[in-house]
Amino acid sequence: MAVKRIKINGKTISARVDESILEAAKDADIHIPTLCHLEGVKDVAACRVCLVELETPSGNRLVPACVTQIEDGMSIKTHSPKLNEYRRMIVELLFAEGNHVCAVCVVNGNCELQNLAIEVGMDHSRFEYRFPVREVDLSHNSFGKDQNRCIFCTRCVRVCDEIEGAHVWDVAGRGYKSSIISGLNQPWGTVDACTECGKCVQSCPTGALFKKGSAVSEMEKDQSTLEFLVNARQKHEWTR
Amino acid sequence: MSKTVVIDPVTRIEGHAKISIFLDDQGEVSDARFHVVEFRGFERFCEGRPMYEMAGITSRICGICPVSHLLASAKTGDKLLGVEIPIAGEKLRRMMNLAQITQSHALSFFHLSSPDFLLGWDSDPATRNVFGLMAADPDLARMGIRLRQFGQTILEILGTKKIHSAWAVPGGVRTPLSNEGKQWIKDRLPESREAINTALKLFKGLLPKLSDEVAVFGKFPSLFMGLVGKNGEWEHYGGHLRFVDSNGKIIADNLSEDDYQDFIGEAVEPWSYLKFPYYKPLGYPDGIYRVGPLARVNICNQMGTEAADKELFEFRCLSGGVATSSFFYHYARLIEILAAIEQIEQLVDDPDVQSPITRAKAEVNQLEGIGVSEAPRGTLFHHYQVDRQGLIQKVNLIVATGNNNLAMNKTVKQIAQYYIHGEEIPEGFLNRVEAGIRCYDPCLSCSTHAAGQMPLQIQLFDSQGTIIDEKIRDSI
Repeated sequence: MAVKRIKINGKTISARVDESILEAAKDADIHIPTLCHLEGVKDVAACRVCLVELETPSGNRLVPACVTQIEDGMSIKTHSPKLNEYRRMIVELLFAEGNHVCAVCVVNGNCELQNLAIEVGMDHSRFEYRFPVREVDLSHNSFGKDQNRCIFCTRCVRVCDEIEGAHVWDVAGRGYKSSIISGLNQPWGTVDACTECGKCVQSCPTGALFKKGSAVSEMEKDQSTLEFLVNARQKHEWTR
Repeated sequence: MSKTVVIDPVTRIEGHAKISIFLDDQGEVSDARFHVVEFRGFERFCEGRPMYEMAGITSRICGICPVSHLLASAKTGDKLLGVEIPIAGEKLRRMMNLAQITQSHALSFFHLSSPDFLLGWDSDPATRNVFGLMAADPDLARMGIRLRQFGQTILEILGTKKIHSAWAVPGGVRTPLSNEGKQWIKDRLPESREAINTALKLFKGLLPKLSDEVAVFGKFPSLFMGLVGKNGEWEHYGGHLRFVDSNGKIIADNLSEDDYQDFIGEAVEPWSYLKFPYYKPLGYPDGIYRVGPLARVNICNQMGTEAADKELFEFRCLSGGVATSSFFYHYARLIEILAAIEQIEQLVDDPDVQSPITRAKAEVNQLEGIGVSEAPRGTLFHHYQVDRQGLIQKVNLIVATGNNNLAMNKTVKQIAQYYIHGEEIPEGFLNRVEAGIRCYDPCLSCSTHAAGQMPLQIQLFDSQGTIIDEKIRDSI
């Protein structure tokens, strides 16, 4: 197996040629914070939380670790005051953009966004909250969608398309007017393509997609199911 | 020339309020108003939320009595689901409400009100508080604090946290009582019983010296409303609604919360964010009624537990049947703590509270639901309308303190008329007016569904509406 040698935080490591910086760092037990990344589906670098500093002759460049392939001789910094500040700012902007009220959220205590906020040291947002008017869709038999809590990581879009093959979800609109839509921008419960598998719900890092009937703090996402489904497909370990 | 006295903020109450006292040309009190100056708008921003979240959202209305909103909301949720909750769910909710009543009443009596009658109405305001009480009588202060801790810890045992637990849900509760929790409660029961008995003895001993307060702090005829059990016994969670007049005559009974709009009207005054509920058949403002501990002990046939029933008998002998003085709220609060402790004692050994079947699950089956429970401060209504998917379309909350709004205003006026004569505000007057409000243990965060601390301000207006004197005191 061909390998490449790179330096992460001054430490030389070997990694497979086809690995991204994020994968190489993970293999070397070096933690890089992520949010939109999900094992088993393609990376899209939507959130930019995994930004790292790539040392180049013309100065350090910021690149997203999840979609940047390693190159021989690369030297990368995963943590620096500048990166910490950017990561915190990204999380603050996510909070300011949506309507994230942790205290009454179904995933309070089990939320990846909340955990990330703690990790990056966000104790408040320095940006003015936008309080956008967004809707809740409870038309589905089993699940609900609360656009207020969506951070546009597009995990749901990818997991439904790449793993389930149903492609129920898409992104509509541009910029701050973007929204995650089901079907042809119709209520989720009316989309025939939905197989009710729940992978989108389990993959959602926040309380934007949830099991109907969940009360505050009651929803715990189980991504081991997702990993099983991904691995089962690759290993042909079907249960039915 | 007529004048107005304004007290702003009112201290040692929960929330923000001010009091205005209007003097006529002779310097006598012509009117007095208790203004609630908070606003939050929960009823509006709950619209569009899934009904399953309502218990968690509405419990955030208050940090003192979140359990009250949690339970009223969960009961409303039961109605929307159209389910009968498992017996364990009901008994566990009852246990939580009893713990809530204990902790909230202990806070009201020991921390907020007792400094007045134990340290003196006219004592130094800087030390007329729970810290002054700690210095003057550390054992009593410790006892009160530990009694409150007893209630708070039960809330934590059941709901995993003391404040803002989301343990009660539409259909029941999430988890039963653990073995460790049961043991802790049993271990602390004797101390709590002793504490409330000591407090009752102490308060009854003080009463002969407090005849002025009994006569002036809201002594007037009014209706009393609250829940009673199916045999007319003291109730805090289920049962039906009853109205009793000052003579003890039941004027309406077996009322269902579902019909509350038939018998409760809500008036609005431009000078307060707090609405003025009234008993509809008598109109506004004649339909004045009181809720809370005093109302509950006035309307019930019996408390339903041995020691509390003995205390109720003594209470009725002392007050002459139906107690019409709001000063007796304090007394009623202590009797209720005793009843709550006795009922917790019974419930903790009930095998049902450890049953794993605590929750019924269902989809939305009704588009409108009304839930009621007795908060420590009185009857609390939650009324929701939802769409077919369970999204909230409309919310109306009638909160305990709101029910007492007319009575609190009348109490302020009565105290002011007794103590105020002329432009000079006598020393200790501010405190007596505030203490009249404290009888009701109002929670203004709840009543306006708003946040804040509770300070007090008194303003003196002349007949042209000009402020001629003002005394402001920071919250203590």
